[in-house]
Amino acid sequence: MIDLILTPRYLEFRDECRQWLADHKPDGPIASMDTPEGFEQHREWERLLFDNGWSVPAWPIEYGGRGCDLMEWLIFEEEYWLAGVPGRVSANGISLLAPTIFNFGTKEQQDRFLPRMASGADIWAQGWSEPEAGSDLAGIRTRAVLDGDQWVINGQKTWCSRGAWADWIFCIVRTDPEAERHRGLTYILVPADSPGLDRRPVERLDGEPGFAEIFFDDCRVSAENVLGEVGQGWAVAMAAAGSERGLNLRSPGRFMAAARRLTDLARRIGAGGQGIDPRLRDEVTDAWIRAEAYRWQTYHTASRLMDGAEMGSEASLMKVFWSELDLELHATAMRLLGNRAELTGGAPDCVDGAAWLDGYVFALSGPIYAGTNEIQRNIIAERVLGLPRR
Amino acid sequence: MRFSFTEEQDMFRDTIRDLLSNRCSPSDIRVGIASDDGRVPGLWDALADMGVLAMLAPEEAGGLGMNEIDMVRVLEEAGYAGFPEPLGEHAAVAVPALVEGGAEHLASAAASGEITCTIGLDAGGPYIVSARIADLLVLEQAGRLWAVPSDAATFTEQPSIDATRRLTTVEFDTANATLLDAASVGMATDRAILSASAQCLGVSRRLLDATVEYVSQRHQFGKPVGSYQAVKHHLANVRIGVEFAAPLVYRAAWSVASPKSVAPADRSRDVSMAKALASDAVDAACRAALQCHGAIGYTIEYDLQIWLKRGWALSAAWGDARRHRSLVADAIGV
Repeated sequence: MIDLILTPRYLEFRDECRQWLADHKPDGPIASMDTPEGFEQHREWERLLFDNGWSVPAWPIEYGGRGCDLMEWLIFEEEYWLAGVPGRVSANGISLLAPTIFNFGTKEQQDRFLPRMASGADIWAQGWSEPEAGSDLAGIRTRAVLDGDQWVINGQKTWCSRGAWADWIFCIVRTDPEAERHRGLTYILVPADSPGLDRRPVERLDGEPGFAEIFFDDCRVSAENVLGEVGQGWAVAMAAAGSERGLNLRSPGRFMAAARRLTDLARRIGAGGQGIDPRLRDEVTDAWIRAEAYRWQTYHTASRLMDGAEMGSEASLMKVFWSELDLELHATAMRLLGNRAELTGGAPDCVDGAAWLDGYVFALSGPIYAGTNEIQRNIIAERVLGLPRR
Repeated sequence: MRFSFTEEQDMFRDTIRDLLSNRCSPSDIRVGIASDDGRVPGLWDALADMGVLAMLAPEEAGGLGMNEIDMVRVLEEAGYAGFPEPLGEHAAVAVPALVEGGAEHLASAAASGEITCTIGLDAGGPYIVSARIADLLVLEQAGRLWAVPSDAATFTEQPSIDATRRLTTVEFDTANATLLDAASVGMATDRAILSASAQCLGVSRRLLDATVEYVSQRHQFGKPVGSYQAVKHHLANVRIGVEFAAPLVYRAAWSVASPKSVAPADRSRDVSMAKALASDAVDAACRAALQCHGAIGYTIEYDLQIWLKRGWALSAAWGDARRHRSLVADAIGV
């Protein structure tokens, strides 16, 4: 059925989120999570969230969550992003790895990894891409060979976000060199302080070391750290790829908050003269409508999931839409700012601490990570529309 | 908070889909195009028999007592089928306006299909759809709605490119009309915009399905043209456009159907958001469908033209995307 009124239970939940976030919002901005000091400040924020039950509200209570339903989780996310509190340094673990551990992990693995992930004690980074395996992820060359009860890993991972300071890396490695492509891959969880693991920060477009290259030189990892079955890594990984592309990684709250800031910016800039250029007004409104469209599409999807439907390749539709929406929101703000758009945070004339520039640079990565939008459009064409592969 | 359709709603939609797929094929539509009145023989009566014309009339007036949420799904199917008669004008706008305006006899005659209605409201511009086959017109003048018998109006034909959507300008004198005093122009306008939005979705889906089928069969350079990425990405974009326009249309339908919960200004904003994305979606669908078909799509013999022309018309009808973005901008204070 369609009933878009928030019931008293949801309203109460929303007010509780809103109040807690208002009471605990840090006084000033904290350093970027992609700097050494900012990384630890964000870890402390994760701990504060966890201690109050807000780090993973949708998880079961036994792992530090509140057992929220999907609607509550979406409400939490809306409030979270509207509150203007720090970003989530643990997002990669919580959004991308945790669903896989819930689906494929043993009880021992769940008990061992999930509570420490929830509290920020362990921050996770994704080790999937390689220099020769980007869009063509099945071309992974990093190899692991079993020696007794340990896997010995050799090879290289790259574009590993948060990889420079993360505590753990979740990797896909080739365990059967005879097998072709998608076969013979294994999903394995690697402590970042393992002997034989070396990492080198890589500065991103904004100059911050948000990426890392990871080098494995006879790096030994316990066989207990394999997630799912040996040789089944592709299937295990793709289950998480659905989460990464769909609503788990990018809930609508983030874009609704950006859309609200964009309309505020348009009003502020328009207040100085005779309003803003009519074309910019049209673009601001288009971005705002699309943020709402993402919100309602997500609620529609969440309702159907709660009715028992399953999400498959449709996640690719969401990934293309939110990444292009994020870019549209920020590019429109850049056009509104005109000459001031390029000013960085230290410039006396910069607007809002150059948050739009930072957001724009980050938004530019959206159509690339989590599977490029070209790959997503191929998936939509072949698996949603049923067009011939070749 | 729930935002999905019930099994009953899906079943009702499926019944309409089956009926239209059996009775409103492209060749049926071409019979209408070639005829004087533009109608598909027998189809209006079949819809009346199923109660579709009476969906928005209350049960005590012989209607089905359904709401706009059910209605938009029927109108999506009408768009998908290319149904060439004024279903939205009649069932989604005129019937509830007659009910709300207290014209009981006219409302029950319209709900049963005894008379056919169309509408002319300021927001829809000067050209009225299917006026020549209408027995009754619900027309706006000086901010009020009037029920005007067709013999109290004069019509001037305005030939247009969509031969299934016959346009006229209309002049009338309120002396022979019934004032629908209690019916709201704003509500009628929002219902009309919502109806066009829902049909845009259906037209987009049909253009997409037809094009997927065509490019899967058409071979060039020894393989289906649908296997080329350039073609795939055009059609993926169409699918994305429909995917994100549809929830805004359903949400707007809920807003129109929930006057106790949604203030008129918010309802109008929600409807404009829906039309903005639905118009964008159908524009993109028309453009991609024609491009991916190539020259065959550029002919009058090929059936694609039915949906291309409907798409062009509906995209602009009741305000195009830019017009509705401007209304949304006013509503959100940009």
